[in-house]
Amino acid sequence: MKTNSGWREFAITKVIQVAGVSAIGIVLLIFFFLMREGLPALREVSMLTLFSTRWYPTEGLFGIMPLITGSLIVTLGAAMVAVPFGLGTAIFIAEISPRWMREMLKPLVELLGGLPSVMLGFLGILIFAPYVRILFALPTGLSAMTGSLLLGAIAIPTVVSVAEDALDSVPRAYREGAWALGATQWQTIWRVTLPAARSGVLTAVMLGIGRAIGETMTVMMVTGNAPIMATYMAALISPVRTMTATIAAEMGEVATGSTHYHVLFFIGIVLFFVSLVVNITASAIIFRQRKRSERILS
Amino acid sequence: MRRKSNRNRAQNIGFFFLSGIATVTILPIVLIIGFIIVKGISAISWEFLTTFPTNGMRSGGIMPAIWGTILLTFVMTILCVPLGIAAAIYLAEYATENRFTRIIRLALITLAGIPSVVYGLFGLGMFVIFFQMGTSILAASFTLAIMTLPVVISTAEESLRTVPQAFRTVSISVGATSWQTIRRIVLPEAVPGILTGVILGLERAAGETAPILFTGAVFSLPSLPSSLLSPTMALPYHLYVISTQVPEMPLEIQYGTALVLLMFVLVLNMIATIIRARARAKRQW
Repeated sequence: MKTNSGWREFAITKVIQVAGVSAIGIVLLIFFFLMREGLPALREVSMLTLFSTRWYPTEGLFGIMPLITGSLIVTLGAAMVAVPFGLGTAIFIAEISPRWMREMLKPLVELLGGLPSVMLGFLGILIFAPYVRILFALPTGLSAMTGSLLLGAIAIPTVVSVAEDALDSVPRAYREGAWALGATQWQTIWRVTLPAARSGVLTAVMLGIGRAIGETMTVMMVTGNAPIMATYMAALISPVRTMTATIAAEMGEVATGSTHYHVLFFIGIVLFFVSLVVNITASAIIFRQRKRSERILS
Repeated sequence: MRRKSNRNRAQNIGFFFLSGIATVTILPIVLIIGFIIVKGISAISWEFLTTFPTNGMRSGGIMPAIWGTILLTFVMTILCVPLGIAAAIYLAEYATENRFTRIIRLALITLAGIPSVVYGLFGLGMFVIFFQMGTSILAASFTLAIMTLPVVISTAEESLRTVPQAFRTVSISVGATSWQTIRRIVLPEAVPGILTGVILGLERAAGETAPILFTGAVFSLPSLPSSLLSPTMALPYHLYVISTQVPEMPLEIQYGTALVLLMFVLVLNMIATIIRARARAKRQW
């Protein structure tokens, strides 16, 4: 009886340990399968073609630069929406609003984060794009601008919740100290609380940007999907096509193992590394700050 | 005295400005939800929910898409939740803070940040092609499960960590093994938190389109999927198809489909909120 339960304990512990390591295994698997299907692209298409400015797969032109600039400009636009509105809302929720309002606003922001991106794309086509078209007198409302505004909305919940957490974890004593010195609530927010939460706020912005780069369905539905190089800010009001939208729109129609197929996987590798860099930088900011504060407090 | 009133005015203007920003950010969420409910409610009928689409999806119901999303979410849950909870138990109860644990956390951060369409590519490469599952419910559920895993692990770990250390100490000191302690003492306390995390994960997976795009979702089906190895229709993909790919699609059906998808999300969200609120009210420590 005793040995039996001892053996069970041992087995369960092993299972749990294996599960614990699974995350590492999955990252490696994702990396392996992306490489397996994507690296042949480098053999089949010359580097020069791959990083050229023309994406016409049917004619063998696989230049991914327009897709990269497309992703960049849409993400930049999204950040211009998500950062001020996200941070402003986070400050409002964490520092200004009374408790009851806070309890109401936080689930609402969370709900926005849970809305399917395809639904926002759907609303974007029907409601948003027509206004953008009229506002900027464009031939079509399906443009980078429309994509940016909606992506901004998608990134906002991430920015709000991470930044709000950061502001919330600033010790109350910091604020009380500022008030005791005669600072107003407003001065305290700008001069004490925000600087103290700086690293968390920066992480919030990074994670929001990461969310925007990776978003697929909304941008595919509302950006017009034209693979044109976006070199000026004016490109914001013209149709663009992002890396994610290209994969989603074209993967269904290519033959498995063709060059086009391999290039789409190659774009996936690029996206994988971009998100890796963004997310690890974001978490490194928090980590460094924590070490610094530990040093100060010890 | 004058300086003081200046400062107060700055504060009033600042607060007014921030309230404005918060309103502009949050009000549209309520408006979006209200708008879809108002526009979609007229399309909802028993027939809409229980029949196949007809006339190239321009009339009839959306039953196969609803069924597909339920099926995908269900299979995904079975695949992802046990693994996710076990991994969370490892991180919260067994792992010590060393280099190896940090690598696991780094892996989780990476997983959480990978774009959903890249998960789709991975699912295509691994499940559809390498394991020869084909475009199927199984391949799509595996893909969704792996995408949801980091959400489940991090929320479950967080709720395991909120169980006070004293509970474990007492249990161990009366002779329980560490697994018995986890199974009988720690897990029951953490269940509401874990459940909330799981449901929020489900909510996200149910609404995702990109990961199932090339792993299991199809345009339309003549009959319901007969096994886990057949492809399926799914609500979010269906909404994408009828709002972009079908010309002369009646708006009513589009809004109706969006409303059904919204209901999935709202109901899951509400359940999670209720569980969380009830657990918080019941907690005595």
